[in-house]
Amino acid sequence: MRKWFWGFLFIAFGFVCSIAAERNPRTERISGSAGDVLEDDPVGRLKVYVYELPSKYNKKILQKDSRCLSHMFAAEIYMHRFLLSSPVRTLNPEEADWFYTPIYATCDLTPTGLPLPFKSPRMVRSAIQLISSSWPYWNRSEGADHFFVVPHDFGACFHYQEEKAIERGILPILQRATLVQTFGQRNHVCLNEGSITIPPYAPPQKMQARQIPLDTPRSIFVYFRGLFYDVNNDPEGGYYARGARAAVWENFKNNPLFDISTEHPTTYYEDMQRAIFCLCPLGWAPWSPRLVEAVVFGCIPVIIADDIVLPFADAIPWEEIGVFVAEEDVPKLDTILTSIPPEVILRKQRLLANPSMKRAMLFPQPALPGDAFHQILNGLARKLPHQKSIYLKPGEKILNWTAGPVGDLKPW
Amino acid sequence: MKLSALHQSYINRRTNSFRSSGPLDSSSDSAIKSPAAIFWLVFHALCCLISLLLGYRFSRLVFFFLFSTSSTNFYTSPFRSTAELVKTLDVHSVLSNNPVANLDLPLLNKTVTNSRVVVGRHGIRIRPWPHPDPVEVMKAHRIIEIVQKEQRSQFGIKNPRTVIVVTPTYVRTFQALHLTGVMHSLMLVPYDLVWIVVEAGGVSNETASLIAKSGLKIIHVGFNQRMPNSWEERHKLESKMRLRALRIIREKKLDGIVMFADDSNMHSMELFDEIQNVKWFGAVSVGILTHSVNTDEMADRKKDEEENPRMPVQGPACNASDMLAGWHTFNTLPFAGKSAVYIDDRATVLPRKLEWSGFVLNSRLLWKDSSDKPKWIKDIDMLNGDIESPLGLVNDPSVVEPLGNCGRQVLLWWLRVEARADSKFPPKWIIDPPLEITVPSKRTPWPDAPPELPANEKPAMGMLDPIVKHSTKRTSRSKHRSKRKHEPKTDTQVSTRHSEQS
Repeated sequence: MRKWFWGFLFIAFGFVCSIAAERNPRTERISGSAGDVLEDDPVGRLKVYVYELPSKYNKKILQKDSRCLSHMFAAEIYMHRFLLSSPVRTLNPEEADWFYTPIYATCDLTPTGLPLPFKSPRMVRSAIQLISSSWPYWNRSEGADHFFVVPHDFGACFHYQEEKAIERGILPILQRATLVQTFGQRNHVCLNEGSITIPPYAPPQKMQARQIPLDTPRSIFVYFRGLFYDVNNDPEGGYYARGARAAVWENFKNNPLFDISTEHPTTYYEDMQRAIFCLCPLGWAPWSPRLVEAVVFGCIPVIIADDIVLPFADAIPWEEIGVFVAEEDVPKLDTILTSIPPEVILRKQRLLANPSMKRAMLFPQPALPGDAFHQILNGLARKLPHQKSIYLKPGEKILNWTAGPVGDLKPW
Repeated sequence: MKLSALHQSYINRRTNSFRSSGPLDSSSDSAIKSPAAIFWLVFHALCCLISLLLGYRFSRLVFFFLFSTSSTNFYTSPFRSTAELVKTLDVHSVLSNNPVANLDLPLLNKTVTNSRVVVGRHGIRIRPWPHPDPVEVMKAHRIIEIVQKEQRSQFGIKNPRTVIVVTPTYVRTFQALHLTGVMHSLMLVPYDLVWIVVEAGGVSNETASLIAKSGLKIIHVGFNQRMPNSWEERHKLESKMRLRALRIIREKKLDGIVMFADDSNMHSMELFDEIQNVKWFGAVSVGILTHSVNTDEMADRKKDEEENPRMPVQGPACNASDMLAGWHTFNTLPFAGKSAVYIDDRATVLPRKLEWSGFVLNSRLLWKDSSDKPKWIKDIDMLNGDIESPLGLVNDPSVVEPLGNCGRQVLLWWLRVEARADSKFPPKWIIDPPLEITVPSKRTPWPDAPPELPANEKPAMGMLDPIVKHSTKRTSRSKHRSKRKHEPKTDTQVSTRHSEQS
C-alpha cells in the first residue's frame, strides 16, 4: 500500500516538474548561483534606516530643477523614494543594518542638462557633519555601515574629467562607506572594493511604450547611435573614449553590416529591437545607458571598454550575455562578431529574453520584485553581517576630516 | 629661449677655448661655478630637440621617472603601456594629420597597479584596409538568416502551409519586367512555395528561361489561346487561365493556400504571413494604382477629390465588430468613357469590380472529394461559363474571411502598365551577338579624358555622364541602344558622332 502511495507521489512530482520546465521553453534561466540570485527577495534579510535630512539636501534641490527626474543620474532620487515606502525600511535605527543618507548630489544641472559636480563634495561633507552630530551611528563605525548613492560619471570622485577625478580620488570621508555607483572600472581609484555597481537610469515607460511585435525579423547586424568624435572637447580624437569610438567609425563607416551614425533618429528604440548586436563603447566614462537599452530590447551588447565593471556583476553573468571586445581589437570587430558560433548567439538571445534580466536593469515606479532597487538591496544584504572590526572603539578615529582640496572644506 | 640658451652655451664653450683672461675667467668661472646649471640647460635643450623631432613630451617622461615617488610596479606598468602604445602605433596607421600620435603619460602619483588602462591621449587604431571583407559579410548574413529563422519559429506562424501561387502571363515587352518583380518577391517568401504559371499562347522558351532562374518549384502550363488586344478580352482570358490553374491544383491534389499573383502586381512580404491565417476563403485589401496621363484629368481629379475622396482600395469592408459587412470597390465613374480599351492605350486602365488577386483560398476547397469541405463552395467542374472573380465560386459571400486587420492593411498593389503593341525587344532581353558599332562617351568627369577610341573597341561601361542635358545623350552610353534605333532623334546623334569621329 505504501509503495503505491510513494509511486503516485513520485509521478505527480515528475508531472509538476515537467510542466514547470515547459512553461518557458525559449527563455533560459541563468542556471547556477548567479542566476538564482536575481530573484532573491531582500525583504526580511536586511533593515535600512533612512536619515531625516533637512529638505535643502533633497527636496529643495529637486524643486529647483525637475529635469533631475529623467536624466540618467535619477537613480539617487528614485532610490530615496523607494526606500521611504519599502518594507525593508525601519524607523528604529538601533535595529538597522544599513543607514541611508538621502542627498541628491547630482542635481545641479547646466542649461543643457549635464550635472556639475563642483558643489557635491561640500554638500556631502555638510550632510555627514550633520548626521555625525545628530545621530551616534556614523561615529560608531565612521560610516562603514552607511551607504550612499553616487551615480555621477566617476562616482564619489565628483568630477567629470577622468584625470581630475583620479587626482581627487574618492571623497575621504566616504572611504569607509559603501558606495552605490554607476561607474565601475577595475583597478581604478574611483571604485572601492565592495562598491555596488548599478545601471544608469533609463525611463521604463518610454521603453515599454516603444516595443514592436516580437516577430519583426532582426535584420540589422550591428547598431550604434552616438558620437564618435566629441568635437567640442576633443576635436582631433584620441582622448574621447580612448580613441575607441573613433576607431569604430574609421574602420566600419563603409561597412553595410554596421548601422552606425551620429544622427539621433526618432525610431532609436525600434531600431534597437531590429538589431542583433548593439555596440556599447565607452565614452568619457566607461558606463552608458546603452547597456540597459540593449538588455531591455534583446539586442546582444558588445562592450568595448577595457577593465569595466558592469552593473550587478556578482548577480548577472555578463560574459554569457554580452560580447566583450578589447579596445585594441576594435579594428577586428567584424571578424570577432562573425566568428561567434550561431548557437552561442541564439543562447545569448534566449538569456536576454529572460524577463528577470530585463527587470533587473530598470528602475520602475512603483517598484516591482526583481528590479534594480531590489538588486541593490540584495547586494547590500549579501554584505551582511557586518564584521565586528568595523565598529570603532570610543574615541578612535580613522577618517581624516580635513583631507582633500581646500575648496571642499568650505561649508555648504 | 632654449635655442638661445643652447647657442649661449656653445658660445661659452667657444669663448672658453679661445679667449684667455678676464671674460674667459668670469665665463669659465661661471661655467665652472655652475656646470650643473649648464648641464641641466644642455640636457633640457637636448630633450626639447628630441621631443621636437619625435613629437613626444620626452622631458616630462624623464622628469617623471626621476622624481616620482611611487613603487616599482608603477615603473613597469607605464613602460609596458608606452611600449604597447608605441608598438601599436608602429603597426597600425593613425590619423593622417599626425605621423605619430602624442602620448601623454599620466601625472598621477597614486599607484595604479596592474592596470592596462591609461588615461590620456591614445592613438586611433585603423586597420590597413578598412573596408568590408566579403567572407565576413557572407558569414554575417548567414548569422542573420539563422537568427531570423529562430525568430520565426518562436514568434511567427506555427505550422505554416505551402503557398500555391497562380500567375497568368504572356510574352510581351514588359513581361520580363513584371515577372522578375513577382519572381523576386516569391523567392523571398520564407514558406514552401509552388508557382503555377499559365501562359497564353502556349509554353515559350522566353518565359521558361526567365522563371527557371528563380529556383522555385514551378508548374508551367500553356493555354492555347493568344492574348487578345483589348483589356476586356484580356481580363476574360486571364480568368479562364486561372481556372485552368485551379483545375491543375485539383488534379494534383496540392495542399496549401492558393493566392493569385498577377505578374504586374506588387506584393509585400507581410501578405504571405497574413494569408497563412486563412481558414477557408479570405479576402485582402488591394491598393489600386491607376495612372492618369493628361494634366487636364489631374485638375479634374483634384476637384473631384475635394468633393468626395476616392479610396483606391478594393477589398473587404468591416463593421464595428470586425465582421464582414460589404466590399470596397474602386470608383470607376470618373473614368467612364475615358478608360483604356486596347492594351497599349495611353488612357487609364481600370480594374475590375473585384480583382482576383485580392482573394485567397484553401486548396482543399478545390479537391474533388474532401470530406470537410464546407457546403458553400461550388465545384469547379460544375461551373457554367466563366467567373469574374473568385466570389463566383461561393454560394454565400458572407463566409469570406477578411484578412489584414479586417481589410485595414493594404498588402498588395494592383497596377497595369503595358508597352505599345508594336514595340520590339530583343529575345530574352539579351543582345547577342554583341554590337559591332560602339561609340565612346564624349564627356567624362575626369579632366584628362582618354583619346577617342577606335570604332571596334568597347568603351568602359563605368563612364557615366552626370549632367544629362539632352535626353539623347543617354543613348550614347545606354546598353539598349539597339532598341532606340527606331527613334529618329538618336540616329542623327549617332551619325553626328560618326562624322566627328571620322
